[in-house]
Amino acid sequence: MTDMTVSSNAPMAPAQAKSLLTLDDRTRRRNAAERRFRMMGLVGVTIGIVALVFLLGSILSNGLSSFQQTYVRLDVFLDPARLDKAGTRDPAEIAKVTTFGYAPLIEKALADSMAAKGVQGEGISVKAAAELISKEAPADLRRYVLADPSAIGTTVTFDLLANGRIDGYYKGRVTMDSAQLDRNVSPQQLMLADRLKSAGILTTHFNWAFFTAPDSSDTRPESAGLGVAILGSAYMMIIVLVLSLPLGVATSIYLEEFAPQNRWTDLIEVNIANLAAVPSVVFGILGLAAFINFAGLPQSAPVVGGLVLTLMTLPTIIIATRAAFKSVPPSIRDAALGVGASKMQAIFHHVLPLAMPGILTGTIIGLARALGETAPLLLIGMVAFVRDYPAGPPEGFFDPASALPVQVYNWTQRGDPAFIERASGAIIVLLVFLILMNLSAIILRRRYERRW
Amino acid sequence: MNIVKLSAAALVASVAFTGVAVARDQIQIAGSSTVLPYASIVAEAFGENSKHPTPVVEGGGSGAGRKKLCEGVGENTIDIANSSSRISKSDIETCAKNGVKDIQEVRIGYDGIVFASDIKGPKFAFTQADWHNAIAAKVLKGGKLVDNPNKTWKDVRADLPDQPILTFIPGTKHGTREVFDEKVIIDGCKENGTYEAQLAANNNDKAAATKACGAIRTDGVSVDIDGDYPETLARIDANKNGIGVFGLSFYQNNTDKLQVATMAGVTPSVETIAAGKYPVSRPLYFYVKNAHLDVIPGLQEYVEFFVSDDMAGPNGPLAAYGLVSDPELKKTQAAVKARTPMAPLK
Repeated sequence: MTDMTVSSNAPMAPAQAKSLLTLDDRTRRRNAAERRFRMMGLVGVTIGIVALVFLLGSILSNGLSSFQQTYVRLDVFLDPARLDKAGTRDPAEIAKVTTFGYAPLIEKALADSMAAKGVQGEGISVKAAAELISKEAPADLRRYVLADPSAIGTTVTFDLLANGRIDGYYKGRVTMDSAQLDRNVSPQQLMLADRLKSAGILTTHFNWAFFTAPDSSDTRPESAGLGVAILGSAYMMIIVLVLSLPLGVATSIYLEEFAPQNRWTDLIEVNIANLAAVPSVVFGILGLAAFINFAGLPQSAPVVGGLVLTLMTLPTIIIATRAAFKSVPPSIRDAALGVGASKMQAIFHHVLPLAMPGILTGTIIGLARALGETAPLLLIGMVAFVRDYPAGPPEGFFDPASALPVQVYNWTQRGDPAFIERASGAIIVLLVFLILMNLSAIILRRRYERRW
Repeated sequence: MNIVKLSAAALVASVAFTGVAVARDQIQIAGSSTVLPYASIVAEAFGENSKHPTPVVEGGGSGAGRKKLCEGVGENTIDIANSSSRISKSDIETCAKNGVKDIQEVRIGYDGIVFASDIKGPKFAFTQADWHNAIAAKVLKGGKLVDNPNKTWKDVRADLPDQPILTFIPGTKHGTREVFDEKVIIDGCKENGTYEAQLAANNNDKAAATKACGAIRTDGVSVDIDGDYPETLARIDANKNGIGVFGLSFYQNNTDKLQVATMAGVTPSVETIAAGKYPVSRPLYFYVKNAHLDVIPGLQEYVEFFVSDDMAGPNGPLAAYGLVSDPELKKTQAAVKARTPMAPLK
């Protein structure tokens, strides 16, 4: 035996004699493989970053301009001869004047302002000049008058929206060349807009209405906003949170701590894991069948959207909660049981508080996913043109509403190019919400997580 | 114990939710994405000028809208289906089976289908026969039916520009595609004599010949677009040789990027379509569930408002957006006032 070891060691001897500083072939190959792997990783990360920068760049460059809006500041005389012919100031009488009746007041106000500031029309008719102002403007006026009928007969200063094409001109979307070919705006109108701007009638300021105004039809993209969508999304998130957090946590506690380990619980576990991976549109079909057709809940309502998204979020929360429970060391339970606590006391007084940061993190990530979801909402009628704000909760849960991702989808389907800017702006708002939610999840985890 | 209380409360709440029968006070509309912009313009104006809330308008396609309309009567079903093609016999049968008996058919006007290309490219003047020769699967060459060999528009007809054929046509789920097939491809097939050859090849079976006429080549020259017009526009932007099929209103909102081709010598416009000169147009409809008229507040007013001269007339906002107003609008207005249900289809 000794002889054999010696003889088998003999050929190794020269190799050991070699300097450690000169690498043999094998080591070189291993090092090369590692370098290749690192390179691939680096290339992968670089491609990812470039793609992200490109995506964010295109969204920001398209969408940031939607936070600015062009307005026309006019002193409008609310002419009693047009708005209240009988002179009774009776709200029912005043309501009979439609928005068509308000349009001439704006035309006149614009002509007066131009004359007062010395802006030349240069051959543009009053009607063509009034086209610079949004079709939303008469509705603004009417709302103002109906809210305060005593304003009739006085002169009120309004910041009226400028037409989408004029707004696009100051955002670089519309140029003199494109206006030449565009049947909705003429270069003469753009030049008039420039003159109005230097006279101070046309102003650009921050577009608060983008966050508060409802959706608008294709003829007035300048007035479209996210108000109804933000409310609808908020309502759905409230419902998802209120339903899925307690249900999910209770399910996890039972499955993790109380349920016996047998075939049935195994089956349930497999199903929960499967449900977490089911495409969201499937939940939409379920929601349509169960909540609308069977339970008779209204279409397009946040309550149905919230219930569907709850179903979608539950598996995520259950899985996260169970992981959080597993990470609490058994010594905590043992100690509690050892001093005489019941099993329920041990769990609710000791294990649950320690698992809470993990549960909340999972919940917030589940909510963030639900917030960005469109597909299931398509089937329950939430991908719709909704202009009225839902009422306050809880009745508002049953009123029609839109949702943020739905609004993005809707706006990309519209014919007017101004809606592309709005859609990108809505994406930015949605991304900010998602970043805030994920950030709060990270902060919660960092602050309260305990490691053993 | 907080969690237990919370979850109990949530359960009670969810049970309460499902038990509530909610009275609906806004109109629900669904259907054609071609009618959607018009319906939302009317809905917006209706919400602004009446005491009723703004109707909720959903897209989803003509067929899907009519199916939803026929689901039954009740507050959780829709009131109006928008449609860019006429309701079919099978739809009406489904409706009747589910208890939806009286349906009003309201024709709101006409829509033109236009052929447009990049604004910087050459001008096109098409006939339906050109389109059939360019994108049909089988064409007539030297008196024989052959697989379509045409590569450029010049191959199709010598005086068309020498530009590779590339067309973006609506996918089969769109109502627009039906009209395109019928009024462009099949008519073109008859015009260039291919129909006769197909008849001969199919033993004089007219249905089979028509079907063979409408088959589109599948070698990538013609691309089906399943999305909406903005997608078609984006495709043309990316490939300047492309020619897209659009609705007139979409084209009119994008005249700075697109140039429109003439069809059979006629330039599409609201005027030529109204005069019946432009060949590729179709009526647009919506269908009203009469059983809902006195149940959903404002439904009758909305229907009347839609077809009023202020809205659907030749000087109304719908015409300004690209709808060709119906010369027989007065008749429609009277029918809507009388709530006349539609006569059985022939």
